[in-house]
Amino acid sequence: MTSKRVINFSEAINEALKISMLKDKNILLIGLGVNDPKGIFGTTIGLEKFFPSSRIFDMPTAENSMTGLAIGLAITGKRSVLVHQRVEFSLLSMDQIINQAAKWFYMSGGKQNIPIVIRLIIGRGWGQGPQHSQSLETLFSHIPGLKVVSPSDPYSAKGLLISSIEDNNPVIFFEHRWCHSVKGIVPKNYYKIPIGKSRYVTRGKHITIITFSYMVIEAIKISKILKYNNIQAEIVDLQSLRPLDKEKFLSSAKKTKRILVIDNGWMQYGISSEILAVISENLKNKKDYKIDRIGVLETPIPSTIALAKFSYPNQFNIIKKIEKLINKKIKIKEIYKSKFKQDQLDQDFIGPF
Amino acid sequence: MNNNLRKKLFLQMLRIRSIEETIAKKYSEWKMRCPVHLSIGQETAAVAICQNLTSKDKIFTAHRSHAHYLAKGGNLKSMIAELYGKKTGCAKGKGGSMHLIDFEAGILGAVPIVGSTIPIGTGVAWGEKLKKSKNLVVIFFGDGATEEGVFQESLDFASLHNLAILFVCENNDYSVYSHLESRQHKSRNILKIADAIGIKGLHISKKANVLEVYNKIKLTIKKIKKTNRPFLVLIDNFRHLEHCGPNNDDNLNYRSKKYIQFGLTNCPIKIYKKFLTNNKIISNIEIIKFQKLIDKEINSAFLFAEHSSYPVKKELFNNIYDK
Repeated sequence: MTSKRVINFSEAINEALKISMLKDKNILLIGLGVNDPKGIFGTTIGLEKFFPSSRIFDMPTAENSMTGLAIGLAITGKRSVLVHQRVEFSLLSMDQIINQAAKWFYMSGGKQNIPIVIRLIIGRGWGQGPQHSQSLETLFSHIPGLKVVSPSDPYSAKGLLISSIEDNNPVIFFEHRWCHSVKGIVPKNYYKIPIGKSRYVTRGKHITIITFSYMVIEAIKISKILKYNNIQAEIVDLQSLRPLDKEKFLSSAKKTKRILVIDNGWMQYGISSEILAVISENLKNKKDYKIDRIGVLETPIPSTIALAKFSYPNQFNIIKKIEKLINKKIKIKEIYKSKFKQDQLDQDFIGPF
Repeated sequence: MNNNLRKKLFLQMLRIRSIEETIAKKYSEWKMRCPVHLSIGQETAAVAICQNLTSKDKIFTAHRSHAHYLAKGGNLKSMIAELYGKKTGCAKGKGGSMHLIDFEAGILGAVPIVGSTIPIGTGVAWGEKLKKSKNLVVIFFGDGATEEGVFQESLDFASLHNLAILFVCENNDYSVYSHLESRQHKSRNILKIADAIGIKGLHISKKANVLEVYNKIKLTIKKIKKTNRPFLVLIDNFRHLEHCGPNNDDNLNYRSKKYIQFGLTNCPIKIYKKFLTNNKIISNIEIIKFQKLIDKEINSAFLFAEHSSYPVKKELFNNIYDK
């Protein structure tokens, strides 16, 4: 029975932190508000009952030095999980992440590794505005020395967080705010999902959809609409952005020859650019293939719903792309249309944001 | 205090000066193909502080790190080999002059991004505290680093959490060619900044000889270990050569003749040598004898570096990630 237990993404993160910290007393959880009443959207709530304040550590509002401190802790054998409630706060610590953490093992000639996990939460909707809604996976995925993961569901969130904490390198762990309430079956035990491996979410022969993070959830919804139209989509959830698992999406692309990449962020110089480059470098007889991509429009994301609703790829414009790729008209049931919301994950979502 | 220690302080400074002068001399051979920020003229802080430390105490430093590395007991051969880009270097040739490390000697890291080792060193002190160790962490940085946000952030953290850290600011008045006047308001005082955060400090002038500094640091370290409180020491000094490279660049006239003259008159080695010989603590014969030993050691380190192999291509991809 326990193997069928359903919890949400936030609870899965919380559980991964708890069992990792119970297992290894060298692990510290550091972040502004990790022990506050809302506990980072529930992901750290209640942990202060199990661990002392020296391990569930509320920090000064000093992202850059706190990242340096986590590197220093790593040098003394501690393992830190650092968390920022929005990705954008980590931009204050780019020196420590890119110049220091990512290079320390290399520039010490392999003498000193830096095991730290930095959890970054991507906001979306409800007027988040230009500085609370950026999908900046590309910035970090560009850097040799960093590992970058972006789980989409509770099962992979738990398994990947445990792997990230056990990893001896700096790992950037992206969480999309709209993934936090996603529910799924999660075993209670300590299990790992390897970093650097993607997964097939659905199998199909008509079209390959390559995506990651929250857009996987959107892709799953779309695959249901496609199924109703007798179209089988094969969804590849990248899960890890660096190292990138090229095998699964290439093999799927070669099978379906119809490929759509859905980016979680801006497309220019982005994750989708990298995927398309890999596909282009690896396919023969390119004229047999039809390839396209969709992502966030190339502007800062405004606060007002009147404009922000255009920013993100949605089910309708994604389906339009698919129609062109497979050269077939797709019918959308009214029920899906009425459920669609632009700035709210669903009707029940009322924050915290 | 015994005369052996008084002599040791001098000999340490002389050794560092000789190594740096040899690097400067041989730099034009173009075999050391990396930027070097030489410590000539700035030996006092390194020697006075590191002579007060054990190998278990940890240090962090920045781009001008040679004196700190050598004074703390860093391996000379590995350092020179690192400058030559050889696989026998302390970082297998991957770091160069700006990333000297020697864990056995407690030299945990050096980076050229100004101020960046201040929080990392603070984190090590935090980790040491969590492990209930009594080891001291010393973080060396320059006057420019105190203008970075992480300086204040780290002092704040160290003060709040009672960390055993000696913050050492070496002020040579210049950040590359930019003088303090164009960087800081004249009333700005880092000792007052530290004091406002709850950290006591100490100011040491350019004229202080290494023995006086050694004694002051000894008391300071005692205080840190007794109270578990961080401490800041500000040491003024004078950089003899250009910011980066083996040459003197005073022909560019960015420093006044009077300023340069004052700096050279108060050369730490010159003033301390005068003190020792006037007080008959060391003889010229002893100095010559020691200089010969130093030269021999230096010669052997450079030969080691020259004879070592370069890393092979495969090494490019090693150590990006740990297993």
